[in-house]
Amino acid sequence: MTSFVKPRIARKNAPVNALGLQRQDYDGSMSTLCAGCGHDSVTAAMATAFYELAIEPYKAVKVSGIGCSSKTTAYFLKEAHGANTVHGRMPSFATGAMAANAALTYIGVSGDGDSLSIGIGQMLHAMRRNANMVYVLENNGVYGLTKGQFSASADIGSTAKKGAVNEQPPLDPCIMALAAGATFVARSFSGDRKQLVPLIKAGLKHKGFAIIDVISPCVSFNDHKGSTKSYAHTYKYYHKAVHADYVPPSAEIMTNYEAGEVMPVELHDGGRILLKKLDPDYDPKSQAAAFSKIMASKDAKQILTGLLYLDETKEDMATQNNLSDRPLNQIPYSELNPGPEALKELQAGWK
Amino acid sequence: MGHVTPTDVNNPDYFHKVVDCQWACPAHTPVPAYIRHIANGEYSEAYLLNRASNVFPGVLGRVCDRPCEPACRRTRVEEKAVAICRLKRVAADHKDDIKKHLPKKPDKTNGKRIALIGAGPASFTVANDLAPLGYECTIFEKLPKPGGLMRSNIPAFRLPEEVLMEEINYILDMGVDLKLNTPVESMSSFLEEGYDAVFVGTGAPKGKNLDLPGRWDAKEGIHIGIDWLESVAFEHTDKIGREVLIIGVGNTAMDCCRTSLRLGAKSVKVMARKPRAFFKASEWELEDAEEENVDILVNHSPKAFITENGKLVGMSFDLMEYDIENGRITDQRVTGEKIIPCTDVILAIGQENAFPWIEKDTGIEFDKWDVPIVDAVTFKSTKSGVFFGGDSAFGPKNIIWAVEHGHQAAISIHNHCQGIPLTKRKPDEVELKSTKMGMFEWRYSNSYDGSERRKMEHIDLVDRFKKLDTEVELGFSPEQIATEVQRCLNCDVHTVFDAPKCTECDACIDICPVECLTITENAESEEALRTALPSSEAPDGQALYVSTDLPLTGRVMIKDENICLHCGLCAERCPTAAWDMSEGIVHIPHAQDQDFAEAAE
Ligand SMILES: Cc1cc2nc3c(=O)[nH]c(=O)nc-3n(C[C@H](O)[C@H](O)[C@H](O)COP(=O)(O)OP(=O)(O)OC[C@H]3O[C@@H](n4cnc5c(N)ncnc54)[C@H](O)[C@@H]3O)c2cc1C
Ligand SMILES: Cc1ncc(C[n+]2csc(CCOP(=O)(O)OP(=O)(O)O)c2C)c(N)n1
Ligand code: SF4
Ligand code: SF4
Ligand code: SF4
Ligand SMILES: [Mg+2]
Repeated sequence: MTSFVKPRIARKNAPVNALGLQRQDYDGSMSTLCAGCGHDSVTAAMATAFYELAIEPYKAVKVSGIGCSSKTTAYFLKEAHGANTVHGRMPSFATGAMAANAALTYIGVSGDGDSLSIGIGQMLHAMRRNANMVYVLENNGVYGLTKGQFSASADIGSTAKKGAVNEQPPLDPCIMALAAGATFVARSFSGDRKQLVPLIKAGLKHKGFAIIDVISPCVSFNDHKGSTKSYAHTYKYYHKAVHADYVPPSAEIMTNYEAGEVMPVELHDGGRILLKKLDPDYDPKSQAAAFSKIMASKDAKQILTGLLYLDETKEDMATQNNLSDRPLNQIPYSELNPGPEALKELQAGWK
Repeated sequence: MGHVTPTDVNNPDYFHKVVDCQWACPAHTPVPAYIRHIANGEYSEAYLLNRASNVFPGVLGRVCDRPCEPACRRTRVEEKAVAICRLKRVAADHKDDIKKHLPKKPDKTNGKRIALIGAGPASFTVANDLAPLGYECTIFEKLPKPGGLMRSNIPAFRLPEEVLMEEINYILDMGVDLKLNTPVESMSSFLEEGYDAVFVGTGAPKGKNLDLPGRWDAKEGIHIGIDWLESVAFEHTDKIGREVLIIGVGNTAMDCCRTSLRLGAKSVKVMARKPRAFFKASEWELEDAEEENVDILVNHSPKAFITENGKLVGMSFDLMEYDIENGRITDQRVTGEKIIPCTDVILAIGQENAFPWIEKDTGIEFDKWDVPIVDAVTFKSTKSGVFFGGDSAFGPKNIIWAVEHGHQAAISIHNHCQGIPLTKRKPDEVELKSTKMGMFEWRYSNSYDGSERRKMEHIDLVDRFKKLDTEVELGFSPEQIATEVQRCLNCDVHTVFDAPKCTECDACIDICPVECLTITENAESEEALRTALPSSEAPDGQALYVSTDLPLTGRVMIKDENICLHCGLCAERCPTAAWDMSEGIVHIPHAQDQDFAEAAE
């Protein structure tokens, strides 16, 4: 907390986006998280991504489960729709909302506790369906809200604040996402907004399930020596493999990269994601390569980050299921419910 | 690749510059610190803090040229500056008896005799700084009352005589000898009187004339603005004709037109040669004149005085048209002529220095414009022991500049008398004191108050003209004071960063309401570093704060001082207290701070 709420300033010459909105128009209410929590930086990165993409805040949906991370949907895009759902149940809530209205932009915020323990089944099925959303997993290795118990992402050997050592193997959301069929798999760090903001933008523009596993330190319960999710540890072992930038449909690709280093991937909206390989031998379009690279990074004690895997060819949930692209609330009742005759006709087709 | 070196926060100018108002004030008045005193109801403390820098808070709280206000940081956040000047008046109006806090006449003098010629703000400041140190100061003034132009030209409806006299008396009470009605008529003979130092504070007393056809045909009705205001001030003039034209549109013109209305003129027109954007008068003086129904006519260039039988009956003007590009006149032409009838013309087109009483062989040299050659730092003339300051030094400026010249000349006179080189002057220093009192508790009110500038109330028009010396501005009400003080952003409470403590969690970056912070790789230049910020505009003189290398990544924290609100949210948000909000007290030495023992070696 702070002693007063971040004020809105009528600043002269404040920068604006294509809608004429200022960055502060994408803020939410004041954060109540611990000062220095990585989650606040992720919140700022999400707000900045929406601002830079000039998405109308009221055309976005924010959904989350339970946890400090899940609380943060209140702290950005105050005009957006959304809900804090039951612990671990955000994916099914989001899936349902998307089926009813695919015209909005969906962003889910969760934690390692919310996603990798109680909500693990929900998350995997949303990935498998390729639901069109960005899923931001704010990963701090603990249950922050309930005062710092190890979560399922805690590394073997990582110590709790009072010295207990974790002996169980961690779940890696990126590996699981690859296995479950997610089409956009990324890892980043709350302390690297230069990487994180473009990743969120690319994820928002990707048509399908985009998971971003964001290392987001818990300053109160997991930022000590011995923790492998602290700021110091993350900065030390941080490794950038593939950088991603979103380029809108009409814009020229400004290539000031070395030839061969950059791979443009065409998106459904005509825009492109520019993949810049920082590790030259990496192929972010190959699932197998992504697997082996992520596995190898563990032995090399690297925290491998960037857009690790991207598949733009697989259909998203709405397309696969032939869902209406018109929001249900805009379809007249007579059309939504054409009456008993129409039902009979439909059933006759299955006889 | 070159690297920008970390900001040296111990350089006294670095944080001083961040306090826009203080930096812009010629005497570097610590504005936010006195505003905080006012906010706490400590009017006497606010007054004394002012007085230490600007000597005449009551006077300046009414009539200062206020270069601080256009500079005020608040103008970068919203339209209007903090009413710095009006708050100064609040301190002066509401203070208790502060005499006991002023330096007393010393028990014995140091035997050094200083002559000060002219009883304007420059000389009084020199006396104020030197008398308490034991110098025997004598002021010689040709007029029957002290104050210089503050008395003779600034009308009492803007600056009441009691306010001026109170502040002059504080200085006279320090044992300063004032000789009125005593013009110095020959510098040569004056120099023979054996003073240890002479300070010339005689102002720029010559009003400019306008030698157009008909000028000398009129036996009466044409007045030189500053002479006319002086004769009104000393009650030699108490009326004027019905229709008055003022030539010129500077601050003198504003005082002339408003004074004319009070002496019975029925119609007063200010005649300007150029469009409004080129007026010299301050915006607030123009507003005050227009509120009194003075007409300001633009694009009229004076051509001739029209007289009938030695009586002024009007003036003719060329009607002008200008081509203006980017605020500059690129071409002009006359499109016609117009005659405007009048009974009186007041010429308010400028003033100049004039030293008919300084002979050519005194050793005091003048340049080709007959302006004395004066050193801009020490204020010494070409003759050892003779100093100039105020309008006499570099031409007409204003009171606050005269005060600052006085402070600097006093240091020089002190050094001169003590055998210290004039250039050996104590440098400014900055002292940083944390304002932290506890969790989210600071010694200043850090929350941002979006209130708009309070408007100074004026006495009703009907009551205003009844007497010549009825003060127009009423001062701020308690409610206005309470709001206006909160508008000040406390720019002297600085964000001070301790890089080794930073864990690079970005909390400060996210909380900052104006996005003036970021962490980035160091770069070859400040411009390159600025591109890491969302808004990289950098108005003149506003610095970029660059930290030392951060421990975890070797990157740097940068901060744009331009738009920081000094709200302290960064410091409240920081989990390791790497940011602190520290009050920066700028120590600006005056004569009394010149440590003799140390300076002499
Ligand atoms: C009409 C008018 C309005 C102004 N309004 C403002 C305003 O609102 N705010 C502001 O900041 N400034 C204002 N100024 C400017 C300001 O008054 C001067 O810049 C300031 O007073 C200069 O101070 P000084 O000490 O240099 O000299 P002055 O104030 O000019 O004082 C010089 C004194 O020396 C005396 N003197 C001259 N020659 C001799 C001699 N040979 N022997 C003895 N005595 C001598 C003069 O009589 C005079 O008293 C105004 C000026 C004018 C003309
Ligand atoms: C059904 C249910 N079970 C357990 C809890 C208790 N609980 C609250 S938050 C939380 C874990 C949060 O961890 P994470 O998602 O990592 O969030 P963080 O606070 O670390 O950001 C748990 C177990 C709950 N609220 N509801
Ligand atoms: S407990 Fe941890 S995760 Fe929760 S707000 Fe505090 S620092 Fe963030
Ligand atoms: S806001 Fe206050 S401290 Fe800052 S420049 Fe204005 S008056 Fe001075
Ligand atoms: S004090 Fe800190 S948070 Fe406030 S405007 Fe300045 S840099 Fe930003
Ligand atoms: Mg967690």
